[in-house]
Amino acid sequence: MAKKIRILLAKPGLDGHDRGAKVLARCFRDAGFEVIYTGCHNTPEQIANAAIQEDVDVVGLSCLSGAHTYLYPEVVQQLRSRGADDITVIGGGIIPDRDFQPLYDAGIKAIFTPGATLDSIVDWINTNIAAKE
Amino acid sequence: MEELGKRAMTGDIRAVSRLIRNIEDQVPNTHEAIKHIFPFTGRAHVVGITGAPGAGKSTLTDQLICSIRKQNKTVGVMAVDPSSPFTGGALLGDRIRMVRHSEDPGVFVRSLATRGAMGGLSKAVGDGIHVLDVMGKDVIIVETVGVGQQEVDIINHAHTVLVVLVPGMGDEVQAIKAGLMEVADIFIINKADREGARKLYKETLSMLDMGNFPSGWRPPIVMVESNLEPHSFAKSVDELWEKIEEHYQFLRDNDLLQERAQLKVQTEINDALRSAILEPILNRLIETGEFDKMVQRLMKKETDPYTLAAEVAEKFLVK
Repeated sequence: MAKKIRILLAKPGLDGHDRGAKVLARCFRDAGFEVIYTGCHNTPEQIANAAIQEDVDVVGLSCLSGAHTYLYPEVVQQLRSRGADDITVIGGGIIPDRDFQPLYDAGIKAIFTPGATLDSIVDWINTNIAAKE
Repeated sequence: MEELGKRAMTGDIRAVSRLIRNIEDQVPNTHEAIKHIFPFTGRAHVVGITGAPGAGKSTLTDQLICSIRKQNKTVGVMAVDPSSPFTGGALLGDRIRMVRHSEDPGVFVRSLATRGAMGGLSKAVGDGIHVLDVMGKDVIIVETVGVGQQEVDIINHAHTVLVVLVPGMGDEVQAIKAGLMEVADIFIINKADREGARKLYKETLSMLDMGNFPSGWRPPIVMVESNLEPHSFAKSVDELWEKIEEHYQFLRDNDLLQERAQLKVQTEINDALRSAILEPILNRLIETGEFDKMVQRLMKKETDPYTLAAEVAEKFLVK
């Protein structure tokens, strides 16, 4: 059986606007990925633990509250502290241009903002993520 | 791969989750890890929870975890959701209901996609139970996909099967049909504050009154009200957990655990034979292009599936 790419999709912090995350969950499903959606109001600790228990290749974060500069790097840190820095973290949401570089520096591998097409996100994952051995 | 099995036995979370993933992906040599852990399995109490989509399986599982943790027992969960028959992708959403346990080291939750399996589970569930068992979980909860009437593979893996019913799903004839309604060790009537719950209770009761119970265990019916009333919801799920333990004790007291274990072993040998005999032959036929040729011959009605199967058996099986 072919290996499946597994993705954890989560919304960290105090933000209930989950339409975008749900659209992505559906889109990833249709792209043939296995998507674990954990819903809103997750803490970075919960997200890191869930990512490890689910043995995902990618963690996709969605945040529209403006707290991405704190929450996204914190998820990366929590994964690192558990020895799981092989799990790729990507993010999306309302993210100003000036925040891109600090997020990249903190270990976020890709950022998708409004206007990014679903295809471009799926393509990025297919190109940059190989399902684990 | 054996190393992965050893690490899983020490409770190493990454090893456990990787091993389950390798089982799902059917990575070559994963069997070596299972061989290593198999002698140490059979310690955990395996609870299956099944019922229609939206019946409340995940929400009940979440609350059951609380009831079990109150007794300081550890819990492993495998929650199964369907794979798309078209893309092979899956949206695994059971975990949404269980997020609050993500920071509890005594709880391990894993979502699995069916990947084409038809019985309400994933093929990886059988070995997955072994992995959670040897990592030291006291109770393993297996949540099936939302089922219809027939997907009852859970009985081959669980010691105690919970069937979740909700009001408004059909008349009393549904209650006496074969399949799902026969496999329950405990019935749960969920959303019991809704209209029709008393009627469903009576119908289930009269179905049970018609039955006989050779093992001596008559499935109880537990009513669970809305989770919007957290206190009474928690209380009724505590009562449910008492019934589950009662059932496990009953199996132990009456030497019936062995019977359940035998069902699992039969399933396992069946699956292992398939993967050792049938799958290599199928792969070979596909690789050599013979499979495609057979499809073409069938399309032209030059032969029939049974003749083809007999030819393949003649070629590969030594009598």
